[in-house]
Amino acid sequence: MDASTPTTSVMQRLTRSGQRGVLRFLTCGSVDDGKSTLIGRLLYDSKLLFEDQINVLQRDSRKHGTTGDEIDFALLLDGLEAEREQGITIDVAYRFFATEKRKFVVADTPGHEQYTRNMATGASTADVAVMMIDARKGVLVQTLRHTYIARMMGIRHVVLAVNKMDLADHSSGRFHEIVADYLKNAEDLGFDSITPIPMSARYGDNVTRRSEAMKWYTGPTLLEHLETLDVESDLLEQPFRMPVQWVNRPNLNFRGYSGLIVSGRIRIGDPIVVAQSGLVANVERIVTADGDLEEAHAGDSVTLVLNHEIDVSRGDVLAAAEHRPEVSDQFAAEVLWMNEHELLPGRSYLLKIGTAVTPATVSALKHRIDVNSYEKLPAKSLEMNGIGMCNLSTARPIAFDRYQDVRDMGAFILIDRFTNQTVGAGMIEFGLRRASNIHKHAMDVSKAQRAQIKAQKPAILWFTGLSGAGKSTVANAVERKLADAGHHTYSLDGDNVRHGLNRDLGFTDVDRVENIRRIGEVGKLFVDAGLIVTCSFISPFQSERQMVRELVEEGEFVEVFVDTPLEVCIERDPKGLYKKAQAGEIKNFTGFDSPYEAPENPEIRLDTTSISVEDAADQVIARLREMGHLG
Amino acid sequence: MNEPILQSIQSYARRFREPAPRRERPLSAHLRALEAESMHIMREVAAEFSNPVMLYSIGKDSAVMLHLALKAFYPSLPPFPLQHVDSTFKFRDMISFRDTIASELGLEMRVEINEEGRARGINPFDHGSQVHTQVMKTEALRNAMTRHGYDAAFGGARRDEEKARAKERIFSFRDANHSWDPKNQRPELWHNYNTKIRKGESIRVFPLSNWTELDVWQYILEDEIPIVPLYFAARRPVVERDGQLIMVDDERLPLRPGETPDHRMIRFRTLGCYPLTGAIESEAQTLEDIVLEMLTARTSERSGRLIDHDESGSMEKKKREGYF
Repeated sequence: MDASTPTTSVMQRLTRSGQRGVLRFLTCGSVDDGKSTLIGRLLYDSKLLFEDQINVLQRDSRKHGTTGDEIDFALLLDGLEAEREQGITIDVAYRFFATEKRKFVVADTPGHEQYTRNMATGASTADVAVMMIDARKGVLVQTLRHTYIARMMGIRHVVLAVNKMDLADHSSGRFHEIVADYLKNAEDLGFDSITPIPMSARYGDNVTRRSEAMKWYTGPTLLEHLETLDVESDLLEQPFRMPVQWVNRPNLNFRGYSGLIVSGRIRIGDPIVVAQSGLVANVERIVTADGDLEEAHAGDSVTLVLNHEIDVSRGDVLAAAEHRPEVSDQFAAEVLWMNEHELLPGRSYLLKIGTAVTPATVSALKHRIDVNSYEKLPAKSLEMNGIGMCNLSTARPIAFDRYQDVRDMGAFILIDRFTNQTVGAGMIEFGLRRASNIHKHAMDVSKAQRAQIKAQKPAILWFTGLSGAGKSTVANAVERKLADAGHHTYSLDGDNVRHGLNRDLGFTDVDRVENIRRIGEVGKLFVDAGLIVTCSFISPFQSERQMVRELVEEGEFVEVFVDTPLEVCIERDPKGLYKKAQAGEIKNFTGFDSPYEAPENPEIRLDTTSISVEDAADQVIARLREMGHLG
Repeated sequence: MNEPILQSIQSYARRFREPAPRRERPLSAHLRALEAESMHIMREVAAEFSNPVMLYSIGKDSAVMLHLALKAFYPSLPPFPLQHVDSTFKFRDMISFRDTIASELGLEMRVEINEEGRARGINPFDHGSQVHTQVMKTEALRNAMTRHGYDAAFGGARRDEEKARAKERIFSFRDANHSWDPKNQRPELWHNYNTKIRKGESIRVFPLSNWTELDVWQYILEDEIPIVPLYFAARRPVVERDGQLIMVDDERLPLRPGETPDHRMIRFRTLGCYPLTGAIESEAQTLEDIVLEMLTARTSERSGRLIDHDESGSMEKKKREGYF
């Protein structure tokens, strides 16, 4: 375009490009398949590289490149220094380009198995997956893995990019062989479209221009296909859903609920329901800074004003009154694990879905999926990049739809409660109605009454520390003193629990979590009975201690950290366990080959190296008295 | 502040009073989608953080970011203050624009200057762009973050600007030293953002992550957003230096032997410290002209930024140290 072009045509050109909206696609395959080269080629050929970027690229190609004197397009995308040095693509990179017909966002994601989570991240917002295959190598295990992840994340269109055709003699026979092999595996996964294209990204053949060397191929080039592919979602046809982000109250006369409509449409006067509470109202205004609207639909950020005041807050979902989402605290979901610390069923995580956040646990791990063979395998935990079918249970009921129906209503993340890392991603498949079938029977005698009879406030005294720290010894002294003073107590420790209630559990992380969960539940029943319960368990993980804390009321969980250094414990070694661990006879021994996470803010910290057992017990009792547990 | 600009800012402020006038011409489809996404991000931050702030750098990206905030919370005002880090070498037109926009819209504008650096006389001429940027921008920003105890800060960075940014999350976690660890970023799926942090830690939030430079200009054009006049071509005094056109904005720019300021038709594609920001020769006096120039441009916008050039990994290094 020359500078004399009238501005009207500038606007027309902008408008044309913008009106088809944006296509978001994902490239998968390993770096050797030429993924980064393909994207570099798309940017270069659509004239989207600026001169200064090309200059830097030429300089970097000489320094780090692998293509001799030619431009190494991969260097354009591998942004982080570590990646450039190692020649691999670690993280998701987002790239932008536009043609006359459409705008594009490309998520470039790594191919190796240990980066499954990065690929899932890129896939979570993509409409199309471009699956790269090296024509010389054909369909690999990783191709199947990427295909599975794309499908799992809800991508509906696949482009099978058979690349490096120049190194396979541009052979149509080879191309069709690969396509047949791929379809055999992927056909049943239910994609809306699978489009195979033979190409050579390095030279641009069938990427942006037709290949002279492959005249036998009559289909579209990659760019033509992406420009015209119809990815119109059916979100508009789904029922109205809007998770409330923010209550908008500029003054006493205005109260609105701000959010992004994730599916369906809404008009003034329409009846809506607050999914969790079942409260109903009608939409009075649809407010935006560009004036009130008559109607709004999926993808709009709006503020709704209702015709009468009902209780609505962040975390609620406003929904079509006649088509309500499911509300439950039990559901089944496919979970992708993204953290180096494995997923442990029974452990408490934070679950964020839409704008709601609630504690949640995986109550059952039904099976894991081998992403290479699509086999279902039994599993007790999920390691990083593992995918499993899970039942989850949340502390509060949540409103949701199936992920395949409305992505943003069925997608959740799991957050570690101590590191705050995003550790898992889940896609809800269906709700489990079990919750509503277990009705609590109201008892005539209450917890308060039981405690009153005993003239005490019940509590769980939770002793945590390394093996040999002195937990049971101190707990025993505390219980004796309490009993002498006429208090009602009980004591739980490894000996009376491991031999009965928990005799089916071993010492893996998974079993340790379940061990503590059961003890917590038993402790809770004793607290309900009005007792002061001492519990002496190594309980190495903060998450599980936190979980027990949350089972009972505020002030009823008293954490006692028996803070004895490892060297002292080894020296004491009352049960000879450290010797065995040192000899390699015991595996997963806390402090040795299994971690201990010390409490950050325990109610009581005991230093057993400087005080006697009696003094330690007195300290605990003094604190209990202070907290009002002893009447 | 000259009269037409003042008036345009005043009429802009009137747009955000209830009830808002109905917009005549709908936005382009892709801009509407980008706008909705950015508004969603901003509300998530306002709802989940206790002390958020918007870092406002006065440039076009900040103008768009502020505009999106005005829309996201309308009819309320954005529930957070604006924070400008003033290196003391900004263009004079930027400072007056900043103050006018804040007062007309009724927003709190906090200004941070590294007084220690100012007392030491840190400037880009004697100390070089690296030291100046480190002291007057990076350190000043850290001081502001610490002084006010912000737990979330909006920045106007876009993924299309630079390679290191292409991989940054929308919600970018910073440790207690305000540092970024590119190897340890939180996975970010869908539009489901993890906002959990510990005391002392913070999150940088980039609501314009998925916008391109062209999107920004097209949005300014279509939604009529006021911007600093330096973006439009006018005759301004410049000297040519190391292949860059540097505007002589005040008397602090030391002229080298043989240099005399020359009046040329120039404008800026990006705004920063005037001694560190290269101008381009241009006749573009309207937004349409600017967009046209964009469509035919052959260099990227950051090529006018002298601080990016040292080596190609330099932005990543600065970010690890806490540069925005």
